[in-house]
Amino acid sequence: MTTFSPEKLNEFQRLVSAYPEGKQKSALIPVLHLAQQEFGGWLSSDTMDYVASLLKLDPIEVYEVATFYSMFNLKPVGKYMFEVCQTGPCMLNGSDNIIAYIGQKLGIKPGETTADGMFTLKTVECLGACGYAPMMQLGKHYREHLTKEKVDAIIAECSQQAAKQN
Amino acid sequence: MGRKLLLDKAHVENIRQYDVYRQNGGYRSVEKALKSMSPDAVTEEVKKSGLRGRGGAGFPTGMKWSFLAKPEGVPRYLVVNADESEPGTFKDRYLMEFIPHLLIEGMIVASFALGSTRSYIYIRGEYAWIVGILEQAIAEARQNGWLGKNILGSGFDCDIYVQRGAGAYICGEETALLESLEGKRGNPRIKPPFPAVKGLWDCPTVVNNVETISAVVPIINEGGDEYAKIGVGRSTGTKLISACGNIKKPGVYEIDMTISVEEFIYSDEYCGGIANGKRLKACIPGGSSVPILPANLLLKTAKGEKRIMNYESLSDGGFATGSMMGSGGFIVLDEDQCVVRHTYTLARFYRHESCGQCSPCREGTGWMEKILWNLESGKGKSSDIDLLWDIQRKIEGNTICPLGDAAAWPVAAAIRHFRDEFEWHVTNAAESQTRNFGLAHYANELPVAPASV
Ligand SMILES: Cc1cc2nc3c(=O)[nH]c(=O)nc-3n(C[C@H](O)[C@H](O)[C@H](O)COP(=O)(O)O)c2cc1C
Ligand code: SF4
Ligand code: FES
Repeated sequence: MTTFSPEKLNEFQRLVSAYPEGKQKSALIPVLHLAQQEFGGWLSSDTMDYVASLLKLDPIEVYEVATFYSMFNLKPVGKYMFEVCQTGPCMLNGSDNIIAYIGQKLGIKPGETTADGMFTLKTVECLGACGYAPMMQLGKHYREHLTKEKVDAIIAECSQQAAKQN
Repeated sequence: MGRKLLLDKAHVENIRQYDVYRQNGGYRSVEKALKSMSPDAVTEEVKKSGLRGRGGAGFPTGMKWSFLAKPEGVPRYLVVNADESEPGTFKDRYLMEFIPHLLIEGMIVASFALGSTRSYIYIRGEYAWIVGILEQAIAEARQNGWLGKNILGSGFDCDIYVQRGAGAYICGEETALLESLEGKRGNPRIKPPFPAVKGLWDCPTVVNNVETISAVVPIINEGGDEYAKIGVGRSTGTKLISACGNIKKPGVYEIDMTISVEEFIYSDEYCGGIANGKRLKACIPGGSSVPILPANLLLKTAKGEKRIMNYESLSDGGFATGSMMGSGGFIVLDEDQCVVRHTYTLARFYRHESCGQCSPCREGTGWMEKILWNLESGKGKSSDIDLLWDIQRKIEGNTICPLGDAAAWPVAAAIRHFRDEFEWHVTNAAESQTRNFGLAHYANELPVAPASV
């Protein structure tokens, strides 16, 4: 069942309280972030309907927002998502090679997920780290000044972390 | 060495913490404004400072504040634009990450001037970890009496909230930002009405960039006249430049706007020169939307004068031979970079970020991307270059918001200044797949155009 835990419901209340009475729709994007994080890293239609019910919105108001913003995943993604920037300034510093290297290491193309559901490779546009290129977002944080060695280490780190959790 | 007004304390150990920030002179501007100034006097000081918006357009901040409508009984809002998504730009992140209290302090003073009792920071969704840093700073400010009810006994109430976006460059455009803050798709609104009259939830609203609001702190502390003494002409105060690309020392630098472009690129105090001993080919000096310039036109204007890192000098010569200060995103290309490929990545960026409301922008950006990809991958025709030129002309000025122009300008400037590099991709299609066009004549001294009357 798609429902927030009591703790997450508190977080939901905190998000809504940032806006004046009657303007709870403003909390939609923050609440979608919370929902995506809670319910497996993507937004299923069940999840979106649940968010609509929490905020007293029509489901369509949620769908139109969820489909507009690139950070919302409308399909399942891997446990670890490598979002590698490919825009000009990163390209000048070799992002194309990094993307190709990750693809080769993981045996997937941009937009794909490994068969074991561990890794997704996604190309993204400028993340505001152009001076620290090449770079990627991994979860909440950025990994910058990427090299092949750093990519190897990040993949190993994720695999170890996942093994520990199992 | 130039004066540092924003970053002078940014590297004091633990400056993120309230106590350290306060011991280093933090929150003095709030004391001064709330205890000894009227809201209009604060606005007046900002006007005197000559501060221009640091988000890209360079609109005078004091004037913007004085346009805010003040109907009785209607709330007014200050919204800080921390969407920072223009390729090449990463200066607001630096301020928020290293010295978050500076923004909060500036926001309290600005909120007081504007009469905003609820102010928002709209931050791009990818800066996820910075949300926590800002919320911590806000909580500390509140605990210490700088936010909340009746601040310093002045009768002024204020609270600050942070909202995360979710990945959309267009939400940096102020009306798209307001739509997003209302929980909608980031489709820009048709102006007028301007946000100063009808903004957030239809109430009068001022949208300002992170750096703009941070600069309010030194302006109030030292006075608008003192601030205006730094810099030159209408480029007053200091400016943050985020430098990237093929330079030795990429990073965020605070400059006063009197240094030359040449000094900025080659001095060890700033970029430290071109990386790997290579030569400079081209530069986009103000974020991806502004025109690219070849090395010769970058370092000197068409009149043969040294180009200076300020609003007037960077735009000297208009689009024919100049560029713009823009957001301060300084992108440097070395002699081995391909301008066609770089322009292609920018076209792809704008296609990806177009909200799709206007057909010239939605269709045009897609076309430009495709044609540029053909040229870059050796499948271009010579007519493609004129076609590209035509498409960008048809986008510019025919759209609801300036993203259309922002997509057109980089393509136009690349063709204007690097046409022979584009043509080489057509005539030497096979060779273009194995090597780049190189520096060619782009750094050669240009004949000085006679001064036009
Ligand atoms: C497509 C587009 C993207 C923009 N992105 C940003 C941005 O990320 N940050 C910003 O401060 N201003 C951005 N702007 C400019 C804003 O619309 C607005 O002018 C600015 O926030 C005003 O603040 P300022 O006067 O302090 O510069 C953008 C404009 C456009 C057209
Ligand atoms: S110019 Fe482009 S981004 Fe701006 S409103 Fe039109 S379609 Fe949207
Ligand atoms: S271009 Fe990659 S972070 Fe800006």
